[in-house]
Amino acid sequence: MKKYTVTDKKDTRSGFGAGIAELGRSNPKVIALCADLVASLKLDTFIKENPDRFIQVGIAEANMIGVSAGLALSGYIPYATTFANFGSGRVYDQIRQSVAYSGTNVKICVSHAGLTLGEDGATHQILEDLAMMRAMPEMTVINPCDYNQTKAATIAIADYDGPVYLRFGRPVMPIFTADDQKFEIGKAWTVNEGKDVSIFATGHLVWEAILAGEMLEKEGIDAEIINIHTIKPLDNEAILKSASKTRCVVTAEEHQLNGGLGDAVCQLLSRNIPTPVEMVGVNNSFGESGVPAQLMEKYGLNAKSIVESVKKVIGRK
Amino acid sequence: MEIQDLKNVGAQVRRDIVRQVHSSQSGHPGGSLGCTDMVVALYFNEMKINENRNAEGFLEFVREGIGEDLFFLSNGHISPLFYSVLARRGYFPVSEMSTFRKINSRLQGHPATHEHLPGIRVASGSLGQGLSVGCGAAYAKKLRKDDRFVYVMMGDGEQQEGQVWEAVQFAPHHKLDNLIAIIDWNGQQIDGPTEKVMNNLDLKAKYHAFGWDTVDLDNGNNMEHVVESLKQAKEKTGKGKPVVILMRTGMGYGVDYMMGTHKWHGAAPNDDQLLVALNQLPVTLGDY
Repeated sequence: MKKYTVTDKKDTRSGFGAGIAELGRSNPKVIALCADLVASLKLDTFIKENPDRFIQVGIAEANMIGVSAGLALSGYIPYATTFANFGSGRVYDQIRQSVAYSGTNVKICVSHAGLTLGEDGATHQILEDLAMMRAMPEMTVINPCDYNQTKAATIAIADYDGPVYLRFGRPVMPIFTADDQKFEIGKAWTVNEGKDVSIFATGHLVWEAILAGEMLEKEGIDAEIINIHTIKPLDNEAILKSASKTRCVVTAEEHQLNGGLGDAVCQLLSRNIPTPVEMVGVNNSFGESGVPAQLMEKYGLNAKSIVESVKKVIGRK
Repeated sequence: MEIQDLKNVGAQVRRDIVRQVHSSQSGHPGGSLGCTDMVVALYFNEMKINENRNAEGFLEFVREGIGEDLFFLSNGHISPLFYSVLARRGYFPVSEMSTFRKINSRLQGHPATHEHLPGIRVASGSLGQGLSVGCGAAYAKKLRKDDRFVYVMMGDGEQQEGQVWEAVQFAPHHKLDNLIAIIDWNGQQIDGPTEKVMNNLDLKAKYHAFGWDTVDLDNGNNMEHVVESLKQAKEKTGKGKPVVILMRTGMGYGVDYMMGTHKWHGAAPNDDQLLVALNQLPVTLGDY
């Protein structure tokens, strides 16, 4: 098992803040919009350095999406920011008509996704957003795994001409990817090569997959771990190649089992090389208030659950 | 353009509307006929658009519209009007109107950019979104120091959508005084008279309360009045506030049996009804 050193601990939303700050200096077309959550989205530096390229829309997310579409069709690159809950389900129709169907170059960048939002509870813990955005034609869906990768993704999507849903989170998490990485949309990253099982993980669950890999190694199981930071377009080639080798798969995501990464992987595998799959995710339920680590434990979104799923799926080979 | 010439264009556009809707046996003639005079006045008289022609002789369409006036149709269901005006203005062949709402057409039921129809900048039809998009485009013009204007047309029934009021709030806050909204206040919507379905009450007072300047257009089916209202609206721009034209129209204006009733909001005439309609609308530019 390849060793990963935790260089620091930070929240992925701060990676977004650092990325957009850098874009503010390098790309004059980038405009940031926010619906009254500037501090939560870590926009302070961008706003301080580019006051004329920040638009406060107030608590009016539907309007923010429309304004973004208008800016984009005028040649700017708007980054529309809010919590994941308010940047997906609340504005689905606005994204559908004014952004995706209209082909406007809007970047929807959302924080506080999933259970790790914590104490605010289920009203804010969106666990269905990847499914919604994945179902939408023309939409690119990205869920990076740590601070460095979120920063790199934030910068990379400016060079891609098309709508993007970029999802990140609130909790402080280990940083284990390179700070000078080049982020390639749709290109999976092999975290560890192995032969016994493929673990496809996204977002905060990638670090849990690494911890799971270390635990499995002690039991003689050699896990291949792949970071699927881009849920759509899916890196079909990397997934099929890995599954062909290991012949069993575990998926892991901070999302409902319905419609997310696991479903995307199952669809791909069942149409090409039917393979046993176990899925780690939230099973058809809402979240609740609590400390993030407690919630991840209660809802089975951690290394321990991944290890259990690996053992189960290996038994189904 | 002279008023009489604008009226002539309007008559032809009204023929195009009823013929398109008849041909596909679907679409929304009522609001299209009511808003004809305004959209004709905008495209043939008021708006500055890119007059360059491409190799085929059609107007060159650049989506960004830098240095141009922009028009957004938020009440996208009046697409037959939009298509007729765009085709008659020179964006694409008038013959293409025969494909309206049919399979493999660029003239979708509601306006779309997806099939790359020149003249359309954003999809519309799901109501309430156009003013937000117009706000974004107006903001972009401010950023670029582009001194042209952004026009957004909406329905009066559409004012029932919450998102409209998010945008109504946004525009004055950000001093978008290059934005001119137009509300087709015909008092009708699919389920009946607006005052019965969901009363808009005093739209003028509401817009004033939100920080807009207003222009009353008491007869949006009188070309002189329409042209004058646009002049008045423009005079009010550049003073820190967005402007809205409250345009009273008759739904179905120009075809007697369609006028003043919601029943022709989204219904197509049959063959006999088409003939009756066409007899009331003179050919001025030639049918497609």
